[in-house]
Amino acid sequence: MSEHSMPQCWHRESKPHRFCPGCGHGLVLKALGLAVDELGLAERIIFACDIGCSLLAWDFFTFPCMQTHHGRTIPVMVGLKRASPDRIVVAYMGDGGGYSIGLQHLISAAQRHDPITAVLVNNTVYAMTGGQMAPTTLPGQRTETTPFGRDEADTGRPFRGPETLAAVAHPRAYLARGTVARVPRLKNMIREALERQLQGDFAFVEALSTCPTNWRTSAAETWSFLEQEMGSYYRPGEIAVAREED
Amino acid sequence: MEKEPAGECRDFMTGNEVIARAALAAGADFMFGYPITPQNEIMHHWRRLAPQQGRGFLQTEDELSAGFAAIGAIISGKAAFSATAGPGTVLFQEPLSMAEMMRLPVVVAVQQRGGPSTATVIYSQQELTLTCFGGNGEGLRLVYSTSSHQELYDYTIKAFHKAWRYRFPTFILGDGYQAKMREALQLYDPVRRGIGDIPKEAIFGSVRAGETEPLLHLRNSFSVEEELSEVLERHLADYARAAPALVEHEFIGVPGGELLVVAHGIVGRAARQAVQELRGMGRPVNFFRPITLRPFPEDALREALQMSGGAVLVAESAQGQLGNLVRLAASGEGLPDFRSYYRPGVGITAEEIKEAVLDERALDAAVLAPGE
Repeated sequence: MSEHSMPQCWHRESKPHRFCPGCGHGLVLKALGLAVDELGLAERIIFACDIGCSLLAWDFFTFPCMQTHHGRTIPVMVGLKRASPDRIVVAYMGDGGGYSIGLQHLISAAQRHDPITAVLVNNTVYAMTGGQMAPTTLPGQRTETTPFGRDEADTGRPFRGPETLAAVAHPRAYLARGTVARVPRLKNMIREALERQLQGDFAFVEALSTCPTNWRTSAAETWSFLEQEMGSYYRPGEIAVAREED
Repeated sequence: MEKEPAGECRDFMTGNEVIARAALAAGADFMFGYPITPQNEIMHHWRRLAPQQGRGFLQTEDELSAGFAAIGAIISGKAAFSATAGPGTVLFQEPLSMAEMMRLPVVVAVQQRGGPSTATVIYSQQELTLTCFGGNGEGLRLVYSTSSHQELYDYTIKAFHKAWRYRFPTFILGDGYQAKMREALQLYDPVRRGIGDIPKEAIFGSVRAGETEPLLHLRNSFSVEEELSEVLERHLADYARAAPALVEHEFIGVPGGELLVVAHGIVGRAARQAVQELRGMGRPVNFFRPITLRPFPEDALREALQMSGGAVLVAESAQGQLGNLVRLAASGEGLPDFRSYYRPGVGITAEEIKEAVLDERALDAAVLAPGE
């Protein structure tokens, strides 16, 4: 199937989707849809989305989809997986949900090595609520709560998720960072993350994404911020888990 | 000696063990728990007994996770539950509000401890309002307040059945005394008693009330007021329709009573004893104990009040949380004589209630109705 067409498991009735023009969510969800199609998992999968922009994906697919609360998608999917191990679960969230209000759940799931697939969209802002600072906001980046630019001395350094999880995750866990600038590679990462769940392992993929609405950027500026600023702080690729002997 | 019926036995144990045994007997599949006193032994007993019967347990990272993980298990059609107390009950309001919105049959045992805040790990009845009406919604919940270990067993089993039948979050509201003390009770297999299995099913793929298509997408957020209103109206109507079949109470009394003593939970037990002693002395005092606090047995309470000359004494280990429900239910009656015996966070004995009836100086003078 051509990667320029709509994934088979996309729910046609909910398209065109509700994300803003230029938003990266649609591309992450395309990568996820293509990975599900390739693995033929549509009959077994349950998708849960967080609150924030990710909630707009609540009816995105032809397989069961649900909303949860801000930061609580991982525990919902952990509970489902523990009680019904035959289901394939995907927890979909933003950087605020995963790295701030729900960080204890993300770290605990990684530490327990829960066999779930978590996909986190990093667009460096709280977007749905109007563009406040996120844990991932870059130094100097202007948001509604850092109007003069994020000051590291005041609010700390941007949060590197997969690298943080690498310190607690099981050696068999899969940790990766992709980008909507390279959808085929992002799709392969999500596919790998689903396959790892099938093998009983925890898998986490962060997707670098775009938010021109809150960044207040033109198309060219949006792409430049994603590829240059974000890409240099958040290195795409697979992240090695700390080994027992380390 | 008389032989026990099949699947039954008399036993003597703590209330926390009773709840674990009842959840097992009911056929619950999974417990998600987080330590907080005084409910811990529910987890301890479940953790020891459940694996032998193929049931699951996870100690989560906090109460939020316990509640949301229970929701996840329920989504896949498994009967999941948790237990908590005090500040844990506060944290549970977040997952419970989602369960209310999505009509998910989460079952939670609450063993009340002193509040507000960390307060005591011992006992209170201060989590009534939180359990009935916590969350940013309308309190669409079922709450059973127990007064003995037999009731802890019976109503834990019932909680799973009613939660799944009516699809509202359901609570067994106990307290630290009930949690920790040992008492005799009859254990039984609900299937052999004809109660049957929990009517559970996977949430996705089921056809929900008012819908024609099997559920594929489940949400808790809405774009416009009218969308939300339509959903809430349906839930409120379901709740109102179910309430008459759900309300339960205990009443001891006759028409022409001089006073109605109202108490719930373990204080209800003390109040029952006090009333029995007062009646033995020839005082026509009546007794009312709501077993369901949500929905509240309002009609039965009004009837009991009419049989008691409109005089009521509410006793509780909280500052009027039950009293407010009584006032609300009786608002049409005018309540000519409302007395209270409020002891927030402190146990109440039968002797104290008896004294409060016999000697008005023992009452809370400040909360007598105006004009009294």
